[in-house]
Amino acid sequence: MPRRLDLESVLIIGSGPIRIGQACEFDYSGSQACRVLRAEGLRVALVNSNPATIMTDPEWADATYIEPLDAESVAQVIARERPDALLPTLGGQTALNLAMELAADGVLAEHGVELIGADVDAIRRAEDRLVFRDVMRDAGLGVPHSVIVTSLDELPADTPCPAVVRPAFTLGGKGGGLAETWDGLVEQIRQGLDASPINQVLVEQSVRGWQEFELEVMSDAAGNCVVVCSIENLDPMGVHTGDSWTVAPQQTLPDAAYQRLRDAAFAAARAVGVATGGANVQFAYEPDTEELVVIEMNPRVSRSSALASKATGFPIAKLAALLAIGYTLDELPNDITGKSSAAFEPALDYVAVKGPRFDFEKFPLASGKLGTEMQAVGEALGLGRTFPEAFLKALEGLEKNLDFPEIPGLHPYFEAEFEAIREAEDTLRASRDVASAKRFGLPDSRVAAVLGVSEADVRAERSTPGRLAVDSCAAEFEARTPYFYLSYEDGDPTEPAADGTVIILGSGPNRIGQGIEFDYCCVHAVQAFQRLGHDAVMVNSNPETVSTDYDTSDRLYLEPVTVERVLDVCAIEQPLGVVVTLGGQTPLRIAEALAAAGVPLLGDPLPAIEAAEDRGKFGELLDRLGIAAPRWGVADTRDEALAVAAEVGYPVLVRPHYVLGGRGMRVVYGPEELEIREPSLVDQFLEEAIELDVDLLCDRENAWVAGILEHVEPAGVHSGDSACVVPGPSVTPEVESQVRELASALAPGLGARGLVNLQLALKDRELLVIEANPRASRTVPFIAKATGVSLVHHACRLMLGASLEELQLPERVHPTRVWAKEAVFPDDRFPGAADRSAEMKSTGEVMGGGDTASAAYARAVRAAGRGRARGSVGPSLQQLAESPRERSTVVEPAHA
Amino acid sequence: MHEAQLVLEDGTTFSGRSVGAHGTSTGEICFTTTMAGYQEAVTDPSYHAQVLVFSYPLIGNYGVADERVESDRVWTRGVIMRRSRPAWSGWLSERDVVALDEVDTRALVRHVRSQGAMRCALGAGSTDDLLAAARAEPHLDYERGVGESLLAPPLAIDAATRDSYVVGEGKAVALMDFGCKRSIIQNLVDRELRVTVVPPTWTADQILETKPQAILIGNGPGDPAQLGDSVDTIRGLVGQCPVFGICLGHQLLGLALDMKTYKLPFGHRGANHPVRVRKSSRVLVTVQNHGFAVDPGDRAEVSHVSLNDDTVEGLEGEDFFSLQFHPEAAPGPHDALPFFDRIAETCQGA
Repeated sequence: MPRRLDLESVLIIGSGPIRIGQACEFDYSGSQACRVLRAEGLRVALVNSNPATIMTDPEWADATYIEPLDAESVAQVIARERPDALLPTLGGQTALNLAMELAADGVLAEHGVELIGADVDAIRRAEDRLVFRDVMRDAGLGVPHSVIVTSLDELPADTPCPAVVRPAFTLGGKGGGLAETWDGLVEQIRQGLDASPINQVLVEQSVRGWQEFELEVMSDAAGNCVVVCSIENLDPMGVHTGDSWTVAPQQTLPDAAYQRLRDAAFAAARAVGVATGGANVQFAYEPDTEELVVIEMNPRVSRSSALASKATGFPIAKLAALLAIGYTLDELPNDITGKSSAAFEPALDYVAVKGPRFDFEKFPLASGKLGTEMQAVGEALGLGRTFPEAFLKALEGLEKNLDFPEIPGLHPYFEAEFEAIREAEDTLRASRDVASAKRFGLPDSRVAAVLGVSEADVRAERSTPGRLAVDSCAAEFEARTPYFYLSYEDGDPTEPAADGTVIILGSGPNRIGQGIEFDYCCVHAVQAFQRLGHDAVMVNSNPETVSTDYDTSDRLYLEPVTVERVLDVCAIEQPLGVVVTLGGQTPLRIAEALAAAGVPLLGDPLPAIEAAEDRGKFGELLDRLGIAAPRWGVADTRDEALAVAAEVGYPVLVRPHYVLGGRGMRVVYGPEELEIREPSLVDQFLEEAIELDVDLLCDRENAWVAGILEHVEPAGVHSGDSACVVPGPSVTPEVESQVRELASALAPGLGARGLVNLQLALKDRELLVIEANPRASRTVPFIAKATGVSLVHHACRLMLGASLEELQLPERVHPTRVWAKEAVFPDDRFPGAADRSAEMKSTGEVMGGGDTASAAYARAVRAAGRGRARGSVGPSLQQLAESPRERSTVVEPAHA
Repeated sequence: MHEAQLVLEDGTTFSGRSVGAHGTSTGEICFTTTMAGYQEAVTDPSYHAQVLVFSYPLIGNYGVADERVESDRVWTRGVIMRRSRPAWSGWLSERDVVALDEVDTRALVRHVRSQGAMRCALGAGSTDDLLAAARAEPHLDYERGVGESLLAPPLAIDAATRDSYVVGEGKAVALMDFGCKRSIIQNLVDRELRVTVVPPTWTADQILETKPQAILIGNGPGDPAQLGDSVDTIRGLVGQCPVFGICLGHQLLGLALDMKTYKLPFGHRGANHPVRVRKSSRVLVTVQNHGFAVDPGDRAEVSHVSLNDDTVEGLEGEDFFSLQFHPEAAPGPHDALPFFDRIAETCQGA
């Protein structure tokens, strides 16, 4: 049946800030939905508080509200927009919970808004564990034995133990966990009840150690159901799937067993009453007894949907949006082939392995023990023709220099594959046969380590890999969409390299300090280069992102962002230039090696980076330009450090040399606290200074300041964790011209071309330079949204050689209103994670606007969904923090 | 394990590693996109005289088990894989099946997709010897085989039972065997039917004498155009008793209804083929394994259509109903299982 013509406008709710358990996969899904629904002629309104998302860019929706994701402000958006429908299934648990709240409050009924994609009853059947359990049993499906508890008094004495506690309506299993003993169970229930917004937990028979599988189901209004992808967890039951190594398609189930899961997944979706779109069903399976139980089901697009989408090429979010407005699967084409129908199940001729990335070292109080509560901050996907190849790519993509992960209870198949990898290394050691090792899937870095040679030596000896397409049909049909991976076999035919191709290197897995902001920059660069008539090619391994969507770039290589893979992509693409300055540290780390191998880096960024990072050179430059900076020195020993500290004066900021992201950085107030374990930088620490973040464009001759952010916290708190306001109350016209003057000297002095970020301290009316980074910063999307200037687009033109003059920028831009940014911390999982310090710990950010700095800041704090994180507040902004009561009620689109 | 290769009749070669029986083998190359169910696939009699390429690169991951076979022998003449696991390779060796792994199967699938089905030879021989063997292999399609005087004997006769036998209890159904998969018979037995499996040589009268409430024409290998006698038999059955067909059975029914059949460029083999049921507009994800298809001309009895290429996937009339795909799955999705309920209902109602 064709789409419903009674729907003319739809509201989409995003998922807010990046948190553990809810990351940029919902930017990917929301952007797809916005685009496809607008293309269908619907008016799309969007509400999201996360400025780093692509979906909150002006061109994605007809009206974009950058507002707190709470029922009150979404209700105001609804009252203003009066949409015909609300699509709640693409914004993660946040959007689903909000939709339920708005339905319960009567807001939807009052304004005649229909929930599409999933209705209230279906959401409740899936989310309320008691109801879900009964619905599954009624459908003849197995579920673990369980009891629902809303207070500790209700806990039956015969409750099975070990047991898993699962709180209702929480993200990423927050507050849940496995309890081995009765006392542990009582404690776990206590925590779970606190975490659940409805104070309800499910205490469930533990199926720990069983195999865990997930099926991604798509259904339409005609009752058609397909499984887009099966996913097998390498970690058995007991470890949250977000923390598990997973592989798609499933590897270890015989067909008959797999078909049981498929039948059960459809039965579960139908019993819950999933109206249309994507759903994720999780199973536990005991292979010896062949017991199969349904663990849970999400009646929405999920993290696994993003993974399934990237693993298969099947655009789950896009189709979910189209199905929600009434289309049926058979009416929609398979975009990848352009010919066949979307009503099919992708056939893979490769393996997709996902590895989780943990940043436990950031959180000294985290146990590092995996359980049913998700702790991973990001993930990398590896595609290969064999399990070892895909697994090793995912391992590389995590950028953790990991050896094999320890996975207790691994299935014998995976054990055999791990053993095969060890054997391949042994064989290589004996035979020195690089060609066989590469065919097997060993990365250059491993081959080099085994043979005791350099990666360049390995490269010189090996052939180049073939390019294979992710085509959703195992080569049965010709693929139209250019989505690729590399492997050492006869690749698909390649067209001659296009003239003027630009390769943009992505930022790899999300992590603390490097997240969606850089993906935003990369996606903007793709769009910019395309508009300038170039082919834009993306290389990235993060399956959650918009940049790895099949139709974002001209060609996508889903590969780890390593020297090896980037050089291989360059060999195929013969690029005009490679962009290394928009993806955070991941591409920068390999920039020098790429340049050494003869790859043209767009904008020639290395000299400027070196000038900014080499403290000696940077100090000389500042001296030459007459720019002030905190006093500093380098120390190899404690004695040297003490000498430097005495000279610059306490307190001092001490950090290991050549470490980024504030790792191991601390403030030392006196000699007795001063310890160093490695060569370190000792900087004068400016107490009670105001910190300013400046994002600007530079063409080597001149600089153009896009925005000056004033930090709410005093200098010393990591800039990624600071709240900030633009325009800042301390940035008087006098300070502003001082900043512009400084920027105009410093950025050209560095020889930067493109984006530059400066961190300045304002103390006693003097400006001091803390840091300069000639690359995209974390605040670029925020500034771009606050001012409406497409910063990355301009930066791309500069990198191609344009001058600032040619960009015809206005002399200065003003923010569209006062905007504030607040950081969001994983303190719900890691104790102490919200203690702001010199080391970054936040996972995401929110944006709030208002008429005054105070109002904007209060709105951002409200959007962060809790009171202020701990840590002191800067002198000029004290008043902001002391009046966090948010009164603004006028909700207007940030852009429309 | 030895170096070995696959040589196609057009001279294209693919290198690999011999992981099955020693020696060489010949057949018609075809590929399946099914990701699991390798043991079911190679024991499916419809693969008789064919060399099967698995497009999914990891085969043998979950080992082998006796209950996963669709007949009592392996029918594929050869198996081509990217990466095989030891237990599975061993199982093939024990059954004297020539098998290669470490083949660039994606490139091979692409070649077959664009150049069409063709004869091939595989094993440890020289390229020249293998090419000669490939070119000496009889053709599976009737027209080309007759044209080049190099036609394979009717494969279905080879794959079918010689003697009739009975399984199950209940209402009577006759199953015309052309190399029927075990799961088809099992699905009938599970629905409380008494199945008389009859060889293709039986006449219509012989079959009707078993007093069936319904007749099912099973799957099997080869070109339906080669089975003229069976088509005549079926023509004699339509109208006498409800007739059902699966795969080759569906094609034979089409011929009996005076439709035509033709060879597809490279066939449909996989577990993800979408088919629209015309009556309900519902889509079934189906299991397919066929190299020939029915051309209905201007006949209106087409009940199912492929969403991939619009080919005929089902025929339905007052007293016949047939599917080009495999409702018994094994391996693959169960979407079309209700076909067997329909047979059971027909028997119960009669």
